[in-house]
Amino acid sequence: MTDWPFVLAGYGVILGGLALYAALLHRRLAAARRAALDETPPAEDE
Amino acid sequence: MKARILGVAAAVSVIAAAAVGLLVVPADLNQGDAQRIMYIHVGSAWVAYLSFGVTAVAGVLWLWRRDPRFDAVALAGAEIGVLFTAFAIWGGMMWGKPVWGVYWQWEDPRLTTTALLLALYVGYLLLRRMTDDPARRATRAAVVGLVAAVDIPIVHFSVIWWRGLHQTATIGSPDRILNPAAPLVFVSALVSMALALSLAWGYLMVRRYQLARLEWQREESARMGRIVAARAPGAAGQVAP
Repeated sequence: MTDWPFVLAGYGVILGGLALYAALLHRRLAAARRAALDETPPAEDE
Repeated sequence: MKARILGVAAAVSVIAAAAVGLLVVPADLNQGDAQRIMYIHVGSAWVAYLSFGVTAVAGVLWLWRRDPRFDAVALAGAEIGVLFTAFAIWGGMMWGKPVWGVYWQWEDPRLTTTALLLALYVGYLLLRRMTDDPARRATRAAVVGLVAAVDIPIVHFSVIWWRGLHQTATIGSPDRILNPAAPLVFVSALVSMALALSLAWGYLMVRRYQLARLEWQREESARMGRIVAARAPGAAGQVAP
């Protein structure tokens, strides 16, 4: 019974860290995609 | 769309595997509930090996083909490998305290070589920030990634080569994972968590690769812009005809 705090700390930090990294990665990717779109020169009308 | 499906499958798998490890599998006879940490600890360590192995292979391919896609794969592998190595160390510490009585012991070869592995790949990531030239950076990183990969087998075999607190390998050791007397429920929990974390790794690799490719393209276009501006008539440092 006394081991449960260690078990929960182990799973909590790892699963929480995984979710946090995935969320931050999505944010960085969305920002990079926005920046790439902003830098794309507009198509010239002929 | 495929990446999104992989992401959903990975999230569901990791949650299900965690639920199995925490709620379904019975406590170990000797180690009690602390044994539950092993499922996520071993899975994290496996994914870290995989990730750094991919970084080393992608580094070799960069040196051979000079294709920026390989450098993007190498970077993704290193960053995600660092994450999973930190998870493996954290899980091991949370298991070590109730079972060994200590969170950490520097005299243990497995623990020390794993800490070294983490430091080597953090160094790899820091090295990448030291130059703006993408090709030069990729070459330097590939060499460092290859040198750092030497530590992967050392970490794995450290428990066989030297004596320490850490038990021998869980996966690939005939007297453990392949032992017919090992209850199937324990083996299933271990394998399912390793598979679930591998799925999560695959998803993160795809997303980190996509980000690295965008970063590379942005850097290249900025560099080309600077070169064009420098060569333009009347640019600073140019003599007007």
